[in-house]
Amino acid sequence: MDIYLPIAEISQDVFVLLALGAGVGFLSGVFGVGGGFLLTPLLILIGVPAPVAVASSANQLVGASVSGVLAHWRRGHVDFKMGFTLLLGGIAGSIVGVWLFTLFARLGQIELVISLCYVVLLGVLGFMMGVESVRTILRQRRPGTARRRLHRHTWMHGLPLKTRFRKSQLYISALLPVGLGFAVGLLSAVMGIGGGFIMVPAMIYTLGMPTAMVPGTSLLQIIFVAANVTILQAFTNHTVDAVLAMLLLVGGVLGAQFGTRFGTRLRGEQLRFLLALLVLAVAAKLTQDLTLHPADLYVIPPDSRL
Amino acid sequence: MTCRRGRLALLVLLLAPVPAPAAEVVADLSSHLIAITTGFTGTSVVLFGATDGPGDVVAVVRGPEHDVRIWRKGKIAGIWANAESVTFANVPSFYAVAASRPLDQLLSPSAAALYGIGAVNLGLRPLSEGVPDRVRRFAEALIGVEQRAGIFAAAPGKIVFLGDRLFRTTIGFPANVPTGSYLVQVFLVRDRDVVSAQTTPLVVSKIGIDAAVFDIAHRQPLVYGAIAVLIAAMAGWLASLPFRSR
Repeated sequence: MDIYLPIAEISQDVFVLLALGAGVGFLSGVFGVGGGFLLTPLLILIGVPAPVAVASSANQLVGASVSGVLAHWRRGHVDFKMGFTLLLGGIAGSIVGVWLFTLFARLGQIELVISLCYVVLLGVLGFMMGVESVRTILRQRRPGTARRRLHRHTWMHGLPLKTRFRKSQLYISALLPVGLGFAVGLLSAVMGIGGGFIMVPAMIYTLGMPTAMVPGTSLLQIIFVAANVTILQAFTNHTVDAVLAMLLLVGGVLGAQFGTRFGTRLRGEQLRFLLALLVLAVAAKLTQDLTLHPADLYVIPPDSRL
Repeated sequence: MTCRRGRLALLVLLLAPVPAPAAEVVADLSSHLIAITTGFTGTSVVLFGATDGPGDVVAVVRGPEHDVRIWRKGKIAGIWANAESVTFANVPSFYAVAASRPLDQLLSPSAAALYGIGAVNLGLRPLSEGVPDRVRRFAEALIGVEQRAGIFAAAPGKIVFLGDRLFRTTIGFPANVPTGSYLVQVFLVRDRDVVSAQTTPLVVSKIGIDAAVFDIAHRQPLVYGAIAVLIAAMAGWLASLPFRSR
């Protein structure tokens, strides 16, 4: 059954979109990441114009993260003070990001910029996860390796504006979460992702937050950054397809619930190894599209019919 | 803009060499409105009419005109990126031709060029002057890209005569048909020249929810963005309710 997407201006099979949302939601439930970094490139691969894919994924992300935050909040695993500090940077980052997005769209290079960002990020992420998971699997076969020190002092602890984050049991410079929020907000605007897969490791290893507090707090700030990106994209580029976002959301929330249950039955490092393979496969496909001789040398980007 | 173009096309028709008074063609469409609804996957419209005697008939369907920027990819540091571009003025957003015989058999090249019959006769002009050879390459490429996208018909449709006066043809519109005011021109051709012409309007429009969504997204982008966020947030909250217990 085909449905006409009013902003993307294409017809797409409803069940393909629901299945895509469910599939990505399932993976995000299994692996505990937002899944936006898979959703946007997959939408591009099925023929949604890249700018619409980015903006609509941001819209879908609002719903998905509200759902996630509520689940974590009920368990008391959300640090609101930290979340809003991250948000300060996040809002600024997303404003700069949408401005960059508009600039590249005007130069006719936005599709390239989006693809390049994905190739670099997915490539690095997939490689790191792959190496880490293989190492963990190997270490379990050879028990008795040395543990790392819990806390190390670096230059980051010398920064000004020290603030206490009671819930996370931290006393660090507020500039750290603001800077992290800025970087993730920027990526969110240009790539249509929540940035959970960058935010989560950074919160654990750089800020030193307790692992239990991380997903809920990260999702809390993603709600607002994604909402900001959605409104800015709608305002400056008219690229938010709400119909597309809702279909993805319906599939996504259902998929996530099943994914969460399924995920608890599997071993973490094996899961991460599988995810790494999947991420590398998407990166390889995007790289191939960028480097192979294109079937058609001439293109008319969707926003060049004036 | 679109409207003025339409009127200009009409004016060209009126000012064209006055045909012999007797020669006439009348035509109409099975529908003057193509409604793009949620389930829209493309449609077709029947064009039918009559001539006052033997002759050939050519029909041209044009969508509203826009300026179009076409890019040529080039290899930059091992990556295929949009390298150079030419912007063409007043390119029809949709173009299709139907004829009762192959075009080169029934029309002289000058008549085809004068009335813009056939995609190669669109006379695409760049917004700013460029090297003629380069402009021609980009113009040909633009026609190729639009033909592959299905919004310029790749081959002329077939007009069928019932007897020697009544004719009909079916014009196909793909799912990605651009919206706006179209013009359907019907030409009566005798001795390789156009002797009579008629123009019929056709409107392609989004109808219902899709139209409303598109309309709000462009007229009230801030409100649209806020609503999109609110609906998504509501959906997320609703989705979490059944799983509250865990």
